[in-house]
Amino acid sequence: MFEFFKNLDRRWIFLLMFISVSIPIYIVGKTGKTFPEVPTILSEETFRAIEELDKGDPVLLSFDFDPASEGELGPMATAFTYHCASKGLKLYFMALWPVGPQMIDDVIEKVIKPDFPHLEYGIDYVNIGFKPGNEGVIKVIVTDLRQLYTTDDKGTNIDHIPMMADIHSVQDFELVMNISAGYAGTKEWVQYAVTPYPDKIKLVAGCTGVQAPLLYPYIPDQLPGLLGAIKGAAEYEKLVVDKYAGETPDPKYLEGRRRMGPQLVAHLLIILLIILANVIYFVEKRREVR
Amino acid sequence: MKRETVIWVTLLVIGGLFLMGRLFFTNQGMGKAYVQAVEINPDDPVPEHRWIRYENADPKEYKQAITENPNQTEFQLSISRTIGIWVAAFFTLFILSFLYRDNPFYKIAESVVVGVSAAYWMVVGFWTTIIPNLLGKLFPVWINNWAMPGLEANRELMYIFPLILGIMLLMRLSPKGAWISRWPLAFIIGTTAGIRLIGFLHADFLSQIRNTIITVWATGLTGAFDFWGSLRSLVLVIGVLTAIVYFFFSIEHKGVVGKTAKLGIWFLMITFGAAFGYTVMGRIALLAIRMEFLMDDWLWLIDPALKRTFGM
Repeated sequence: MFEFFKNLDRRWIFLLMFISVSIPIYIVGKTGKTFPEVPTILSEETFRAIEELDKGDPVLLSFDFDPASEGELGPMATAFTYHCASKGLKLYFMALWPVGPQMIDDVIEKVIKPDFPHLEYGIDYVNIGFKPGNEGVIKVIVTDLRQLYTTDDKGTNIDHIPMMADIHSVQDFELVMNISAGYAGTKEWVQYAVTPYPDKIKLVAGCTGVQAPLLYPYIPDQLPGLLGAIKGAAEYEKLVVDKYAGETPDPKYLEGRRRMGPQLVAHLLIILLIILANVIYFVEKRREVR
Repeated sequence: MKRETVIWVTLLVIGGLFLMGRLFFTNQGMGKAYVQAVEINPDDPVPEHRWIRYENADPKEYKQAITENPNQTEFQLSISRTIGIWVAAFFTLFILSFLYRDNPFYKIAESVVVGVSAAYWMVVGFWTTIIPNLLGKLFPVWINNWAMPGLEANRELMYIFPLILGIMLLMRLSPKGAWISRWPLAFIIGTTAGIRLIGFLHADFLSQIRNTIITVWATGLTGAFDFWGSLRSLVLVIGVLTAIVYFFFSIEHKGVVGKTAKLGIWFLMITFGAAFGYTVMGRIALLAIRMEFLMDDWLWLIDPALKRTFGM
């Protein structure tokens, strides 16, 4: 048995991981039950930053991610949009990633069209689309948005869109919300938008787990609110759903919390494997000494 | 036949039979996509201004519409989107098969992803940059007539320089004129380095120093001593100082310096551990969404978003 574990084929670990993720997904999917979430301070700060805004305030949502990270960031995108639409804010969507506009379309189809049918494109929300150039785009639009964005994502002249009339640069938005899967993303928004204009641009963000530790140094001055990975999404989702979705929320607003089920079981498996590996290491070391 | 081949063939046969059984011998079915036909500008007298847009619809909406009126055409089964679900499902399995070992299915999926991504980047770059931001600035009337009716820009001749630099960059493809591309490359490298340098100096170097200079005697809103706030600040300051000492190699790490550096290593290790934990969480979330896709959208084993639960 010791030899089996010592030379354990990694494919057994993959199989165990597959089972530990699949079974909770099946159970949660069948029962609809989710684990309780207690929001931490960063999720509360993100929620508060949006709560402090008044109806009709313009907010910029930059969707800097693609389908590869949709599992982590999709629930955040849904919750951000639902929260802003519920507050009656004016939503301006943009993307620094080429597939970002499709992510924006998805969230518009999922949240705005079915649940806020009274909101009108060009008056209440607009998708100005993707521009290549990464931080170069941010650097330009913090002072002059029209230099890069001449049309929206559909090719409509930006000057013909009513809600764009008062928007000349990123400094005109009351809040910037960034959903980031990497470069370009939250780090670049902090570097080229928030830091040069600390009094005019406020940023909250949701990011992948890989990025989160790299963004913690910016908290709280440069980045007052941060949702880290699916845990952050689940916490924020709870805050939004509790306040705006009533007693029986639509299941599409519980995605983040549903995905915490497989997280729990998979993390327990990893902890067990780490303990097992350490036990094997020390047992072998003791055998060598003898 | 090798034992491994027997296992694979058995798994494939079981999987195939399961799919066939679920597709043809059960009521619920699987892997189908439905659309709703939405008329755009239905009252417009000009026929060219009217069209039908097909939007995603849930299976339960289709089922409900068919129950109410079997001849309705508003909700329909979408063959193309159904094929999309099946292709996505098989490609997910192809990619996951690499966990067992490299194989032709994985290679096919990998090649398709690379090819499609490259083509997608080219098309997006053409329509989001070259057309509106280059040709649209140089030849606004032509672009307005030909490609983007919404574009109403004035001619800006300054954009002739990016056009020239772009053409020079393309000279890289010419064996004899490849050296010409070094000039625009030098321009790109110079401007990028300048922009990055300023960004890092301002946001990371200076701001991080300022954010670290904090009082370790924290007080609350009432002015009373805040124990946890003070502890947090103290850990932050000690963590930063000891980690810096660890990277200070001009003095040998002995005595007080050695012990401080050792404490710095502990802080670094805890940071790496937290980063690893976050990474694990991220990767599990990515696996979970693929499994959810297979079980929900493809196999219809679960229905967490109540897309197929009729009558809900």
